[in-house]
Formats: sequence, structure tokens, C-alpha cells
Amino acid sequence: MRYKPLVIYLFISSIFLTLIGSIWKIMATLQGLKLTEISFNINFLLALLLSLSLVFIGKRINHLIKILVLPLIFTFVYIAINESAPIWYNVGILLISLFFTNRVKNYNLSYLKEDFVSEKIVFDFLSLFAIVFFAFIILFPFYLMFVTSFKLQAALLYNPLDLSIDFTKNISEQFKSYLVIFKTYDFGRYIYTSSIVSIGTVIITLIFAIPAAYAVARLNFFGKTFLSTSILIIYMFPAIVLVIPLYTVFSQLGLRNSIEGLLIVYTATTLPVAIYMLQGYFKSIPKEIEDAGLMDGQNWFGIIIKIIIPLSLPAIASVALYVFMIAWNEFLFSLMFLDNPKSFTLSRAINHLTGDAETPRQYLMAGSVVVTLPILLIFVYFEKYLVSGLTAGSVKG
Amino acid sequence: MNDTLSKIEKRTAYTLLLPAVFLVFAIVLFPIFANIWISFKEVQLKDIRIPEPRAKKIVKSIPEDKTKLKIVYRLRNSSLIEDINNIKFSDSLPRNIEPVELDSRCEFKSKKIKCDFGNWEAKYRENFEIIIQNINNEVIDKNTIKSQKPKLSGDADNILLTTKFTLKNFKQVFNENEFLDLLLTTFYFTFFGTVGAIIFGMFAAQLVNQKFYGRTFMRSILLFPYVGPVVALAYTWTLLLDPNSGTLNALLVNFGIIDKPINLLGQKYMTLNLLGFDIKLRLALTTVIMFEIWRYFPLAFLFILARLQAVPKDLYEAAEVDGAGPLRKFINITLPQITAILSILFMIRFIWNFNKFEDIFLLTGGASGTRTLPINVYQQGFAVSNIGMGSAVSIVIVMLLIIFMIIYFKLIGKRANEI
Repeated sequence: MRYKPLVIYLFISSIFLTLIGSIWKIMATLQGLKLTEISFNINFLLALLLSLSLVFIGKRINHLIKILVLPLIFTFVYIAINESAPIWYNVGILLISLFFTNRVKNYNLSYLKEDFVSEKIVFDFLSLFAIVFFAFIILFPFYLMFVTSFKLQAALLYNPLDLSIDFTKNISEQFKSYLVIFKTYDFGRYIYTSSIVSIGTVIITLIFAIPAAYAVARLNFFGKTFLSTSILIIYMFPAIVLVIPLYTVFSQLGLRNSIEGLLIVYTATTLPVAIYMLQGYFKSIPKEIEDAGLMDGQNWFGIIIKIIIPLSLPAIASVALYVFMIAWNEFLFSLMFLDNPKSFTLSRAINHLTGDAETPRQYLMAGSVVVTLPILLIFVYFEKYLVSGLTAGSVKG
Repeated sequence: MNDTLSKIEKRTAYTLLLPAVFLVFAIVLFPIFANIWISFKEVQLKDIRIPEPRAKKIVKSIPEDKTKLKIVYRLRNSSLIEDINNIKFSDSLPRNIEPVELDSRCEFKSKKIKCDFGNWEAKYRENFEIIIQNINNEVIDKNTIKSQKPKLSGDADNILLTTKFTLKNFKQVFNENEFLDLLLTTFYFTFFGTVGAIIFGMFAAQLVNQKFYGRTFMRSILLFPYVGPVVALAYTWTLLLDPNSGTLNALLVNFGIIDKPINLLGQKYMTLNLLGFDIKLRLALTTVIMFEIWRYFPLAFLFILARLQAVPKDLYEAAEVDGAGPLRKFINITLPQITAILSILFMIRFIWNFNKFEDIFLLTGGASGTRTLPINVYQQGFAVSNIGMGSAVSIVIVMLLIIFMIIYFKLIGKRANEI
């Protein structure tokens, strides 16, 4: 009998079960349930007992019975030793223990004698826990943003832990924050401005970048290597060092508070990466196709329009989505260049909302949802393209 | 023949490149050099408007005589510090209308009042009056007079274009006793933000590289923090960490882990007692670093995952035959395969985190010990309104950046294309 794998298994699995149980408890608390004790130690002991009995019973009784009976016993003991909670909470505990038992159903004393079994167990539970952990830390802020936009400031101050949505309210009451930001704070206009700026940036960037990328990828000219390295170097200079000179020049030219000004700056800052991404793709197109085009008497304009663009639509889509994301999320330049509410973009408008300490936070969060939702939807829908754009361009960010 | 072809090719290349190169030069490269110019000047935010002569036209009727009108021009120099020279004024009058009497500086010619006001010093103001009359003794319509706007022109020094230079800004930047602290904070933030993001990204990539139910879903949501707009996410975090009604503090208090709420974003130091040692933790800075890691580990994740998926599967199979466990496989196969990408990621993310502005600005505004160099550019330039100082700080950033880039290209420049 080797004790090391057994001890490691017991320790890791019990910690895992207790942690998942605690996360469930935290989530239940955030739905307004009044629970005040984690009681980590006692639950750990209980989990230890479950793990121990699972491994000792092993294959001695029918799998199905084992998987069904042990979690039930576990849940009843859990209910007995923890604070009283509503039935849905305890059903959750039952489901968690069911999942856990199912996971370790094949573990028994002989399994624990295999090679590297302790490492495997650690990796197994670690990755299981990591899935829950990553999902929780990533989604929770988004959930908080979403729920807060449906709540009232007073309710939030009274009980910050109640993050449930009250579905009994009628629709106009439910969406009140959204109605207010569109009616009082003029968010319709900001959505319009943001869309114009983002889509405009995408179009202008593509118009400038496609010919330039074609030249870098295909044509020979003096200073080509210099140009392609300087594209990367220029790309690494951050917006913050450009801001003061651009601010002074734009003030003198009267380009501040104008969509044109933003378009110029966004295009110029995204151009290097767009050229870099596109030229890499253009190089992969077989040159013979272009030669055939040349034979047909096409000039470079015809070749770009009729051959290059149709063949590289996926790459162009990646670049377009990446540039759109950059322009939609951009904050620094819109903060510096826009101080007239008439020309605000969404990001700048939300920042402006916080300038007034009196603004209820549900409005702020409703605004945040309005700016976040489109970009997340676009991301989920075009994930393939955006991911390849991100991988190519994400040296920046 | 070949010669002309290559000439055509060159010309085509330059035509295709010109628009993009011109735009990037104007908006990215020019400001970097302009920074050098501005950083040697004493410029305040209010000085950057070009001084211009202004006139506000007010038309008043004269009750005793309906055929006459009085026009008052409120003249002023818009600048508070710069003089304007050689000021020319002109305003036109409708037909049949002429001024009764004119200032000696002015003349009336072909329906136009033209004046030569000479020089106005800074803050100059004057009320300039003329009385006009209709030569046919008819009533003058006030609105036609009003609708005509006077034209003014003058020469003024643009403070940005003068050749007066000073070293004051740089002296101030380096002599400020906070400069070292500023630099340290920046490096602290950059280093831990980068390393943390890479470690988290490595775990996440290792995770998603396995097969499990809901893997594609996991892969998409892992990128959410990076894809979401920084403004929305930063304010959500502010709400989450708020000491009075933030969810995190409320949770910790609820479960009795802490006695009273901690102001995670507004408290500079927190003393931790660890194994009998008192450790002074830079609390707000740590929180900001946490946000930074949360927001940027998806990028590291994306890169490392791409690399992991390219590792040949037979390597692992061979290792299994040799009797290697998961840990051995990770250390001896996975890690060597991803060291290249890790070092590239570290350099690139280091440079980018070094320049991070929005995240810190939105979370703390640079207060409670989170002032980094980029935040300082903003504070000097726009909060203190000293444009020259802001530029000087930008120059310091650019210098450090160039050093980083030289190191980067020396160390891994050639390998960067392998990604």
C-alpha cells in the first residue's frame, strides 16, 4: 500500500469539493441569500469523509448506487451542520456532490497504485478548479455590470450583496436606466457618433492600407526593408507620447471636437498594424495569378481590385474587425480631443457621466452595457476572424 | 526594357505607399519630434491658442434721428500674453449708407470701412464707435447692418513657433524629488502586470489545450476582458471594489474575513503581518496591477495557446512510452516549446504596459501611489496645464522606450517573425 497517492488524493479532492461548495455559497449570497458563515474547516472534514468512503467502497457496490447514494448522504449531513438555507441552495449542493462523485467514480485503491497517479490527480482537479475559477473571475464583472443597470441606487446601497434581478417589475420599470440614458443623457447620439467614427476608421484604414500593403508585399523599391521595419517600430510608440503635440496642433487647426479629427488620428494609429497584417497575407497569394492578370492587360489598380481583394477577404475581415474594435474602445484620444458633449463618443460620454458624483450608478452601468454589448456580440459572432486579427495585432493593446 | 519596367514598378510602389506613409508621418512621427521642440519651451495650456484680434458688433438706434444708427465694435486681443501687430479691420455697409464721421485711423472707400489699428498689446480692449447715416434720409434697416460681420486680421507670434528655448522643464522633471518614486512605481506596475498576465495566460492556455465539455465556450469568454471597452470595465471594477457599497468588500465583511471595508483603490499602503514580519504593501497599486492582469492575460493566453497547439503530439506520446508523468511532460516538453514565445511576449507586453494610461487613469486617476510616467504626462500637461512639462515627460518615456526596443531587437528581434 502506497500512502502518498492516497493522502494527495484525499487532500486535493476535499479541497476541491470544499472550494466549489464555497463558490456556490458565495454565488447564493450574491442572490440575496443571508448566509454569513463559510465554515471551511467543517465542510473540508465532510468532503474528506466523502472522498475517503468513495475510494474505499471502490468497485464493491454498483456504480449507479454509489453515485446516487453517497451524494445524498453528503447533502443531508451538509444541511445538518450548515446554516439553514432554501431548498434551491441545497439542490445545488447535491448537484455539486453528484458531479464530484461522478468525476472520481473510477478511483479506488488499486487505481491509486498506478504510476504517476498523484500527479494525474493533481492535474485533473487543478484543471477542473481552473475552469470554474476562470469562468467566475471573468464573467462576474460582466454580470455585475449587467445586473446593476437594472437595479436602483437605493437598493444597492441598502444591500450590495443582492445581485438578483427582480423579474416581477413591468418592462418600462425594468429598463428605466436605459430609458433615462437615452432620453436625458442623449446616448442615441453617442451611439451614432461612435458607429460613424468606428466604421469610418475601418473604411479609411482599408483604403490606405490595402495599396500600401500590396506595395510592401509585391513590388521592389528603394527603402523597402527600412519601411517594413519602421512600420513595426512606429507601431510600438504609444498614444500617450503623441497626445500633447496633437492636442496643440489640433487646437490651432480647430480639429478638436470634430469627428474628422478623431478619424484622422484613429486611422493613422491603426494603419501600421493593418499594413503589417495585410502584407503578410498578400505574400501568401501565388504570384502566378497576378501574372495572369498582368497578361490580360490589367494595371496595378485592376490587379488589387480584381485579384488581390477577392482572394484575401478573410484577412481583410480580420483587419476590419480588429480596427473596428480598437476604434470603438478607444478612450485616450476621445478624452483629450472631445470636450463638447455634442461630439462625444460612447466611451467619452460614460467618462463624462462619472464627472458628476450625483449620477446614479445604474445609469453608469447601463451606459457601460450599451458600449460593451455591441463589441461582445461582434466578437462572439465573428470570433474566428477577430481572433486571427488579435493574434497578429495584439502586440499592441 | 528591364530598366523601364523596374522604374514603373518603383513609381507604382511609391504612389501606392504615399498616402499611408504621409498620414502616419503626420500623425505619429511628427508629434514625436514636436515633443522635443515643445519640451524646451515654457508653454501653458492657455497659450496654445493663436492670438487673434476680435470684434463684436453692436448696432444701436438713435431715437432722435431714425436715419442714423450707431455701431459699436467691441475690439479686443484674444490673447492674455501675446501682442498682435499690424491689425487690419474692414466692414462693409449697404448701398446709400455712409459714416458720418470717421476715426483718423480709418477711411471709407467703395462702401467699405477700412481701418488700420496698428498694434494691440496683450489683453487690449477698446470700444470703437461710428455713426452711420442714409444719404437719402431714409430709415435704415438695423438687421441688414447687423448681418454684416466685420473682418479682422493681424500678425501675431505663435508661441509654439518662436525660438525662445529653456531647459526649465527638464530640470523640473528630474529635480522633482518624486521622480525616482515615479520611475519605481512605473517599473513595479509594468513588471508585475506583465509577469502576472503571462503566468495566468499560461495556465489558461494549458487548460484550454485539454479536451473538456464547453471548451469552445471557455475559449471565447477568456477573451472578453480584452475585447470589452476599457471604460466600461474599469468603472465596473470601481463599483466592485467600492469601500462603501462594493460587492467585494460587502462579501468579505459578510463572511467575517475582514472587520471593516478596505478602500482597495484609495489607500496607498496596507500593512500585512506575514510570519511575524510587517510588510508594507502598496495597496492601490497592487489592485491596479490585478486589474491589468485580468484585462491582459487573454492576450498571453491567445499567443501561448497558438504555440501549444503547434507542438507535435508525438512528442508527448514518446514521453509517455518513456514513462514520464504529466509534470515531467510539462517541464521537459511544453516549457521548452513555449520559452521563445514567452520571452517575446514578455518584451512586447513590458513595452506596452510601460505605456499604459487608460486603465490607471480610469481606476484611480493616478492617486494613492499609482502615478506612473504616462499618468504624469497627462497630469503635467492637462491638470497642471503645463504643456512644456508634459512634453518633457513624454520625451523621458520615448527615451526609455528606445532603450527597451534596442534590447528587444538585440535579444529576440530575429525570432519575432516566427510567431
